[in-house]
Amino acid sequence: MFSILRSMFLVFIHLFRKKVTLQYPEEKPVLPARWRGRIILTRDPDGGERCVACYLCAAACPVDCIALQAAESADGRRYPEFFRINFSRCIFCGYCEEACPTYAIQLIPDFEMSEYDRRNLVYEKEHLLVDGEGKYKGFNFYKVAGLAITGKGKGEGENEEPPVDVKSLLP
Amino acid sequence: MAIIYIENKPYQAPEGKNLLNACLSLGFNIPYFCWHPALGSVGACRQCAVKKYRDESDTRGQIVMSCMEQVAGGLRISIDDPEVREFRASIIEWLMANHPHDCPVCDEGGECHLQDMTVMAGHAYRRYRFKKRTYANQELGPFINHEMNRCIQCYRCVRFYRDYAGGRDLEVFSAHDHVYFGRHDHGTLESEFSGNLAEVCPTGVFTDKTLKKHYTRKWDLQSAASVCVHCGLGCNTLVAERYGSVRRILSRYNGAVNGYFLCDRGRFGYEFLSSAKRIRRAAKRNSASGAMEPADKKIILRSIKEIIAGGRVIGIGSPRASVESNFALRRLVGPDNFYSGMSAAEEELTALSIRIMKSGCASFPSLRETEKADAVFVLGEDVTNTAPMLALALRQSVKNRAAASLKKNRIPEWDNGSLCVIKDEEPGPLFVASLLPTRLDDAATRIFRGSPTQIARLGQAVAHAVNENLPAVSGLEQAVAKLAEEIARELTEASAPLVVSGAGCLSGPVMEAAANIAAALAAVNPRAGLFLALPESNSFGLGLLSGKPLDQAFQRAEKGEVRAAIILENDLYRRSEKKRVDRFREQCRHVIVLDFIDTATAAKAEIILPTAPFAEADGTLVNNEGRGQRFYRVMDPEEDCRPGWRMLAEIMEYAGIGDAGQWTTIDDIIAGLCAEEPELQGMREIAPPAEFRIYGQRVPRQPHRYSGRTAMKAHEDIHEHKPALDFDSPLTFSMEGFRSGPPPSLIPFYWSAGWNSVHALNKFQAEIGGPLRGGDPGIRMVGSSHKNFEYFKPAPVTPTPGGREYLLVPYFRIFGSEELSVLSPSIAGRIPGNLLLMNESDAKRIGAGNGSLVRVAVADAGASLAVKIDPGIPEGVAGYPAGMPGVEFMNLPAWGAITEGG
Ligand code: SF4
Ligand code: SF4
Ligand code: SF4
Ligand code: SF4
Ligand code: FES
Repeated sequence: MFSILRSMFLVFIHLFRKKVTLQYPEEKPVLPARWRGRIILTRDPDGGERCVACYLCAAACPVDCIALQAAESADGRRYPEFFRINFSRCIFCGYCEEACPTYAIQLIPDFEMSEYDRRNLVYEKEHLLVDGEGKYKGFNFYKVAGLAITGKGKGEGENEEPPVDVKSLLP
Repeated sequence: MAIIYIENKPYQAPEGKNLLNACLSLGFNIPYFCWHPALGSVGACRQCAVKKYRDESDTRGQIVMSCMEQVAGGLRISIDDPEVREFRASIIEWLMANHPHDCPVCDEGGECHLQDMTVMAGHAYRRYRFKKRTYANQELGPFINHEMNRCIQCYRCVRFYRDYAGGRDLEVFSAHDHVYFGRHDHGTLESEFSGNLAEVCPTGVFTDKTLKKHYTRKWDLQSAASVCVHCGLGCNTLVAERYGSVRRILSRYNGAVNGYFLCDRGRFGYEFLSSAKRIRRAAKRNSASGAMEPADKKIILRSIKEIIAGGRVIGIGSPRASVESNFALRRLVGPDNFYSGMSAAEEELTALSIRIMKSGCASFPSLRETEKADAVFVLGEDVTNTAPMLALALRQSVKNRAAASLKKNRIPEWDNGSLCVIKDEEPGPLFVASLLPTRLDDAATRIFRGSPTQIARLGQAVAHAVNENLPAVSGLEQAVAKLAEEIARELTEASAPLVVSGAGCLSGPVMEAAANIAAALAAVNPRAGLFLALPESNSFGLGLLSGKPLDQAFQRAEKGEVRAAIILENDLYRRSEKKRVDRFREQCRHVIVLDFIDTATAAKAEIILPTAPFAEADGTLVNNEGRGQRFYRVMDPEEDCRPGWRMLAEIMEYAGIGDAGQWTTIDDIIAGLCAEEPELQGMREIAPPAEFRIYGQRVPRQPHRYSGRTAMKAHEDIHEHKPALDFDSPLTFSMEGFRSGPPPSLIPFYWSAGWNSVHALNKFQAEIGGPLRGGDPGIRMVGSSHKNFEYFKPAPVTPTPGGREYLLVPYFRIFGSEELSVLSPSIAGRIPGNLLLMNESDAKRIGAGNGSLVRVAVADAGASLAVKIDPGIPEGVAGYPAGMPGVEFMNLPAWGAITEGG
């Protein structure tokens, strides 16, 4: 008897607490940047595709919902020929983002992706690739990698000596 | 065996072996780079350090390189001692100081020995804050990609390429911390074994360029065990698939066949699987328009039933089709109507080699055992171009003399540094008798060049010199007689002499002479061996099915006894003169072709049924040494394609022939085959039956990290499909199943905890470099338990025709002469062009020079070719590019006329 009265009292005093419920969708919630929602593929500061199709996100994904195919463009950059995420399987764990060595794949605070038809939850590269850097600004993988691409030859990356002259015997 | 102590615990290890090998064989993990089981030790990288103690009371110990230490009784070592661990960690840290930040874009990533060893040695964070050294790359041709920044200077590449494979155009340049591994300049790597660099190099410097075109990580590849279809040696391969296409071939270790390596034809030939020439749909010729039109398989099966009901049907098999497919065809048409589809010469030589092997005239070493020979005589075979991996094995055999003298000086055989110092000073005897210059000439002690008759005569003279009771060869030139004496002497003195011959010069007397020499040697030395190469992947297996040569089918058609012909995976235009094949086609009312590539024969068929090539079919191939080996499909066949035997079983079922309706799996066919051919009982033992399970589980074709399962097909259908079922083998198209230690014939890929690279193989071998755990796969189908060999009589010398006749002899090229691999774009880039090889004076005589067009004519055929002058070619002889794309068939060797002008 006492416990029932106590519970009713506790519920009653909650009426005077500050409301946390939002009138969604009229009112939008403010989510922290690290919130794990919709996945995007970003670009590096020069506007080039960041994803180098290394397959690490696909390997990290516990539900195996990322599929892609690597290709190489004429300028030497690696990129995904196609990149598909099946969001009807994704559990938004963020492992893909954690695995990505280029900051290409990122989870953003957007959860509004409900669909009536599951098939619409299959996102291809054109649905994933955005025109910005996302959360991680300034990183450009090719600047730190040893691979040469058009505009960045051997030895022109960060912290690199010019290429060795193999004909020289000087110390 | 000796007792050694590791961390104070006793273990058994083979005495004299190197310690690194012994420890790895015992299951310990020691990081290493410069050591390779096939290349031996040089002690260059300093990564494999362990601590060695004098005796029980020694507590300080000394750091030694395990790869340079010999196993001896009472040896005490520690792998886990903190000091030596720290030593190894600092070595890898140095090696990594200049390593680029490339893993995500490196094709080695995920299967990289350097990654594995870095983790194993415990180097996690980069402390080096200075600038990194960089290099420029080279363009090395269609097979190999070069990314020199990733090099850790282990020297394995040059040691493999130069010391092991005999290549000359890869070298180490420059000095100190600037050493560079590459060619003197950009350009295609010349060695026929360059593809192995991708597996030998522990980093991503040398990688497979064909894989790069459709790059996939190892963890995403669905793989299966297979057998190379591009020559008769039957090297074992691992075929890997993703998204419905084959992505690459790796060597599958077989301690009795190919060991660690593959030739470039075998590694890069796979691209034919996606060539535009593939047939994937059943088709029928429209009788009105004469055009081939895709048709429903049911309709086609009905027409075939009618054709078969009409009677007078013959079947033409193929040496590139599996034993099962050929047998199914034989059952369909009946043994009397079954023709092997080989040319008369091929058929005769295959039968001869089987007969020789059955006679037990000598020992018949496996391909790998030929490496151990210490005197070799090659008769009439350009092994590099007809049986490439044999050339690699023979290149090892010439080092055995140097190895023996090392042994005399108590230096272990695995001490590769010492071996390389003296190997050129004391090369082992290798005699090459051939029609034309060969790629092995540089390693040969003496070279003899002559016609098939001359080679056979030399062979008989050698046999006589080994055993005086054999008939002497009369009228031999003095120089040749002296050479025969020398060869005989070297072979007799050797402890494991080897005679190599084969179908390479299309001459029976040459093979007979080889058998005579081997038999004469074997009479006094049981280790004397004979190795006979055969042209195609299943020549031997087809020979065992006792079909009749193609010519007899033609003769039957000539008599009007053939109404319909069913041709299985065979392009008759490669086996007989165009005129005769055309005529045969006209004489047959119906021609049904079953094939997976669109050949000249298929182009004239009435009905085409697509079969499945090796990657999409299961079957058995019998290699030149009579070893039956199973290959497994890596993916299910697409569209109308079915394995040849299944397609034929469907026809039989539809047409109501025999008990074929009960042939649902490959095991049923093998059972049927064993019932008809008691000699081939071994077929049952080659691989486990389809019901085989390990703890109730199948063996998965996909690695445990296979990704994308729920997304790969999501764009087509959001519902995930059940994986395809496999009724023919214990393998499954899934990542679920039993993955530790399947039987060796089933191993779909090598992977082990902490070992992601090809070196995971270590964990699958009973002893590293030795047989696989559970025995090397494959079963030799022909036994030679008792000897019933009769020496062959020397063939009579045929008189040479007078006049302006030349002896036209065939020459083969590793890139060009094989039907399937030439459809691979990477290999197509290496085909030398269709050239008639001539001696300079002969060319002058007909007024031709390099590149000028000439007309070649023999009895039944003729062709126009460009001339290439080759100083190594004897006068009066011309080399004809047999089997190269666009080159017409000629029955060679033959006398023919060469005239100027096309
Ligand atoms: S968030 Fe998790 S489940 Fe979703 S794609 Fe990334 S790794 Fe896969
Ligand atoms: S991990 Fe990053 S770079 Fe690699 S494939 Fe995924 S998104 Fe692309
Ligand atoms: S290229 Fe590869 S094999 Fe050659 S030294 Fe460098 S790391 Fe070793
Ligand atoms: S040697 Fe022959 S069987 Fe071996 S890989 Fe080369 S072509 Fe294939
Ligand atoms: S593996 Fe022993 S020193 Fe390199």
